[in-house]
Amino acid sequence: MPKRLQRELEKIKKRILYLGAMVEERLKMAIKAIENWDADLAQEIIRRDYEIDELEVEVEEECLKILALHQPVAVDLRFLIAVIKINNDLERIGDEAVNIANRVQNISTRKKLNLSFDFSVMAEKAATMFRLSLDALVDLDLDLAFKVLTLDDEVDLMHREIYDRIKEMLSKNPDYVGYLINLYTTSRHLERVGDHSTNIAEEVIYLIEGEIIRHRAKEEALQAGEPETK
Amino acid sequence: MDADKGRAKKMVVKNLSFFYGGSKALTDVSLDFYANQVTALIGPSGCGKSTLLRCLNRMNDLIPYSRSEGQVLLDGESIYDPKVDVVSLRRRVGMVFQKPNPFPKTIFENVAYGLRVNGVKDRSTIEQKVEDTLKNAALWEEVKERLYDSALGLSGGQQQRLCIARALAVEPEVVLMDEPASALDPIATQKIEELIHHLKKCYTIIIVTHNMQQAARVSDVTAFFYLGKLIEAGVTDTIFTRPKLKQTEEYITGRFG
Repeated sequence: MPKRLQRELEKIKKRILYLGAMVEERLKMAIKAIENWDADLAQEIIRRDYEIDELEVEVEEECLKILALHQPVAVDLRFLIAVIKINNDLERIGDEAVNIANRVQNISTRKKLNLSFDFSVMAEKAATMFRLSLDALVDLDLDLAFKVLTLDDEVDLMHREIYDRIKEMLSKNPDYVGYLINLYTTSRHLERVGDHSTNIAEEVIYLIEGEIIRHRAKEEALQAGEPETK
Repeated sequence: MDADKGRAKKMVVKNLSFFYGGSKALTDVSLDFYANQVTALIGPSGCGKSTLLRCLNRMNDLIPYSRSEGQVLLDGESIYDPKVDVVSLRRRVGMVFQKPNPFPKTIFENVAYGLRVNGVKDRSTIEQKVEDTLKNAALWEEVKERLYDSALGLSGGQQQRLCIARALAVEPEVVLMDEPASALDPIATQKIEELIHHLKKCYTIIIVTHNMQQAARVSDVTAFFYLGKLIEAGVTDTIFTRPKLKQTEEYITGRFG
């Protein structure tokens, strides 16, 4: 009786991990494109985004089919719900890679400004968050999932620092306004990668513990009387 | 358990063990049943859920060489007390069985039977009661034109609702249902489930079911049994989203055995 459902769930797990690997590859390409302001690589990311989109739809359809045909409960239900949500976050991270690629294309032809900051540290951290959130999913590892949540604060902090730097530079380089806005937006896209990775980690925690921990940090901060950080 | 908030315990089972001859069918079961709630008993065949159900109105008394230990309380009083009259106990704690088992009499007589047994003689009182009960069992509209036809001519789903009406006619306080919809098609099943939902306003309902989705749909509290033991009892939506125990999870997700 249960074997078929278990097989279907195994299949869906493989698909979502495959999608995760594909998105991770795109994110790495995007980070490389930022490093070298490589417009060709950026074009490649944009061109191949349809692969992620197609797989996302496929995974969602599979999940809906399993829900309708097997009406899973308990851990199986939590798994499917988590997959449906993670699927969405993966596709969005794919979109962020495309967004970064667009920014790279926008400014790759301009003469480079000497920046007082380096994207690579933030990019690496966002990529690490994503990597860990996928590992947490593969191994159903609570500790890893919580690690992702703490890393998100670091990425957010870096994003705010870049914002400050860019604000400074804007006043000194009036003919680079568009260029600098593109840089700021790139930082914003990396920060969003961190947010989506956090979502994935939260879904993994839900999957393991059955408890929705989203917004909890915010509530706790409010209860402690701290001002909201975002 | 959240279900107990502000609710009266209609029936209480305390450290109940039950034996069929030398074999133990229930081991040290303790479970509360709350007024106006539907409690579902689930578990694989032979887990003791039907045995427990049958202990609640002493149907098991009829089985030779059986005996029980522990307590079953109805409104705080032991139903196994020697002073208890079993017939009046079964009037207070009615039962509906897996297969519809109407008497081979008219539809009217099936419902009126319990009233007559309980000494009601006035014709118009009986007629009114039969009508009210059939309405309560969501059957009146379908049978009002043929009350004096044989009950055996009804469909399976109608027969089962008639049996529920028969159980309700004597105004029980608790209704026990042993797989009440397992022999019915999905539409008849849906009607029975709607009926259960409607009936809990007035009665305490305890249902045994093999159909996990049915337990999830109709009950407020679910109790999972295995090998004669109560493994886990809790609010139904918790049991079906995040049960506390591995064994419960394995059973409801079909990973058992």
